[in-house]
Amino acid sequence: MAGKAFVFSDNIDTDLMVPGKYLTLSKPEELAKVCMAGIAENFAAQISPGDVFVAGSNFGCGSSREHAPISIKAAGVNCVIAASFARIFYRNSINIGLPVLESPAAVKSIGEGDEISVDFENGQIFNHTKSQTYAFKPFPEYILEIFKAGGLVSYIKNQANLGGN
Amino acid sequence: MGMTLTEKILAAKSGEKKVEPGQIVVSKLDGILANDITAALAIPEMKKMGYDKAFDPEKVFFVMDHFVPHPDVKAAQQSKVCRDFARHTGLKYFYDVGNMGIEHVLLPEKGHVLPGDVLIGGDSHTCTYGALGAFSTGVGSTDLAAGLAKGELWMRVPPSIKFIYEGKLPPYVSGKDLILYTIGQIGVDGALYKAMEFTGPAIDLLPMDGRFTMCNMAIEAGAKNGIIAPDQITEDYVKSRAARTYEMYQSDKDAKYENTIKFDVSKLEPQVAAPHLPSNTKGISEVAGIAIDQVILGSCTNGRISDLRVAAALLKQQKVHPYVRLIVIPGSQEVYTQALHEGLLDIFLTAGAAISTPTCGPCFGGHMGILAEGEACLSTTNRNFVGRMGHPQSEVYLAGPAVAAATAIKGKIAAPEEVQ
Repeated sequence: MAGKAFVFSDNIDTDLMVPGKYLTLSKPEELAKVCMAGIAENFAAQISPGDVFVAGSNFGCGSSREHAPISIKAAGVNCVIAASFARIFYRNSINIGLPVLESPAAVKSIGEGDEISVDFENGQIFNHTKSQTYAFKPFPEYILEIFKAGGLVSYIKNQANLGGN
Repeated sequence: MGMTLTEKILAAKSGEKKVEPGQIVVSKLDGILANDITAALAIPEMKKMGYDKAFDPEKVFFVMDHFVPHPDVKAAQQSKVCRDFARHTGLKYFYDVGNMGIEHVLLPEKGHVLPGDVLIGGDSHTCTYGALGAFSTGVGSTDLAAGLAKGELWMRVPPSIKFIYEGKLPPYVSGKDLILYTIGQIGVDGALYKAMEFTGPAIDLLPMDGRFTMCNMAIEAGAKNGIIAPDQITEDYVKSRAARTYEMYQSDKDAKYENTIKFDVSKLEPQVAAPHLPSNTKGISEVAGIAIDQVILGSCTNGRISDLRVAAALLKQQKVHPYVRLIVIPGSQEVYTQALHEGLLDIFLTAGAAISTPTCGPCFGGHMGILAEGEACLSTTNRNFVGRMGHPQSEVYLAGPAVAAATAIKGKIAAPEEVQ
């Protein structure tokens, strides 16, 4: 599935994703509506399922609010591609099953509105507008397992079902 | 090759003899912190994982501090989820309006976190407790849920950066100025995924409150944790509060650091981070004179008793500028009570300040001091992102308590010496 790219700068913080005033919301469908409300109050209305966020370095800096990646995922964003991620945001995204891909090359080349699709299995990002392909940094094994399970909740549930502790 | 303080703690808690940066370990947790926002999200996630209650009801600390006292029904509902869970599952430590504090002021005060501990918290400023020689870091609600369920969590051992602060701090230069200066030098991702270890003669003399302030803002440089080797100052702080034994780890002489950065701070001016990043740091002389509408004194960064003392000493027999709203937020009931007994509250009230019960409210733009379009606030808090404290076209300047007091009096950003 290809989607259009929204391009952001460096240091996009979690206050821009879900401003503090919305932190009494917890349902994904409510959070979807305020995705990136700190940038523009009605930003979420522009997002279609399968779209991709592309950003510079330190994407998701600031607060530990999991509301931020939840809102992005619930808004229908297929994945976030960035030069680098802030660490709590990165963990939160993996934990809730939002793909977060590090690819400085992709970030350099992708423009606003480019048609993008991703092959998660083989670690490739396709830019259909510019006919380019970029690699992304593979997940470390431990993170890959959580990601494959669809997030930490199912990963821990699966572990429990296997008789682990 | 030896280990750093951070590595030693993670090794001890994960049952390893030695750990190295990059290694993934599963660490036992000595404590788990959550607030009204993050606990409310974590409780249903923990249940989905198949667990009804926390692994140990005596190692979990729930602190209602963000949307309290509740500004609206949604916030009240959210806290109620936490209250109901705490009561039904018998959590020993549940802090609510009337006995609470801002989480990172409260936990050390209560002796819930001690040197050598590993603690996670559903709040990015959980890195504060590195000031005690503990390893602590912020997590999101799903990690929080996993920690609550199992009492352990996977961590990647961070590489450490050693910061050495040489020289004696000039008057009115505090832990806040040191950390703002540091973030200004290395940037908001200057320590991404790393441990920031603060050392040197200026740190050796820095009181506990200033150490908490420094470690609190390690996250603003992207760090996983901030940490200071425990010493006599640490011991003096914890010994009357600790109800269990603790371990005061020190970095080995041959520990490996990714980088060592040295600063001479003997001539450092008070620092101010201008909008809209904590790294946009300037000396007070560069920003003095900018008009300010609101001043916040408080938060998990600067809501401790010594912060209030510094501000009160400058506000004594002075008046808050008529165009400024000065909001003073003692960081905990203990700080509030102490400020009352020391006469600090009297000074604030007489000067024309409003005093609030402990809350994170204005810092994250939740309530109790939201800014209008075009307004500017000078705040002792930790973030000045776009729209952080209200309208997207409002501005936040970050500074320490001395600059906050001077600014409240002058109505514009001012050096403490201007109001002495």
